[in-house]
Amino acid sequence: MKEIIVRLVQILSEGTNISFVLITVLVLASATVAALSRSVVQAAFALFFTLLGMAGYYVLLGSGFLAITQIVIYVGGILVLLMFGILLTNRPLQREKADAGRLYLVAGAIGAVLFLGVLVHVIVAAPWAVGVAPGAPAGDVRPIGRLLFDRYLLAFEVAGMTLLLCLVGAAYLVRRRDQ
Amino acid sequence: MTETILRQLDVFLADPTGLHTYLVVSALLFVLGLIACMARRNAIGILIGIELILNAAILNFMVFWHFRGGQATDSTLAGPMMGIFLIVLAACEAAIALAVLLNLYFNFGTVEVDSIRRMKR
Repeated sequence: MKEIIVRLVQILSEGTNISFVLITVLVLASATVAALSRSVVQAAFALFFTLLGMAGYYVLLGSGFLAITQIVIYVGGILVLLMFGILLTNRPLQREKADAGRLYLVAGAIGAVLFLGVLVHVIVAAPWAVGVAPGAPAGDVRPIGRLLFDRYLLAFEVAGMTLLLCLVGAAYLVRRRDQ
Repeated sequence: MTETILRQLDVFLADPTGLHTYLVVSALLFVLGLIACMARRNAIGILIGIELILNAAILNFMVFWHFRGGQATDSTLAGPMMGIFLIVLAACEAAIALAVLLNLYFNFGTVEVDSIRRMKR
């Protein structure tokens, strides 16, 4: 057991990539709060930090454009939408009942930990053909823009149409019904 | 037991910021989202869990793209492209889900999923 801790400290203090460690701590800590916090408002705020950390990962993995997209759409759009939903549907003075949810949490945690074990085992055991790629060039906005209108044109149009239909559908669903 | 764990840790020690570490982080995110989906009773909490799972998926796409073997230059940028399309789909999903939740709230006065048992009022 002591050896394991020594190894872990060794890994963390390797110093090759301190930003990776910092982002990992931020992401995992805030994701834990987002998943387990009793209050939904707190969970949404924690999700904010998780999404920011994910943007950091995308920078480390070589796509600054995806990081910016993540911040603009996820943090600026989806999260605001979530907060909007929370504030519209939360009844004041109504706390979540603690005891009834406990059993779900235990069951969920057991299932999730077992599943995590399977995942980690597969990740470690699988013979990945790892090669470190140079990644995208420093500015990947230009190639992404070109690809969107060239190779991915059909997917781009379908995605745009889907987004339009979803927004129209959402507006239709929540329209005011006059009896 | 300790031997097995040590042997598995060696994989991570070989390259601390390599493929395996990223995949484990992604797996943890996925599992946290799974717990949120299973244990939460507020529907918006479940939505937050789904967002966590989607982010784990995007991270996986980016990781496998970044650590791809084979060709040095990749003219398709498959990883970031997949990420962009996934983010767009996540936006669609969030908008529709919130519209449904608002309707649920208007009809039932709550968004706690286990107190909503009927499809219709």
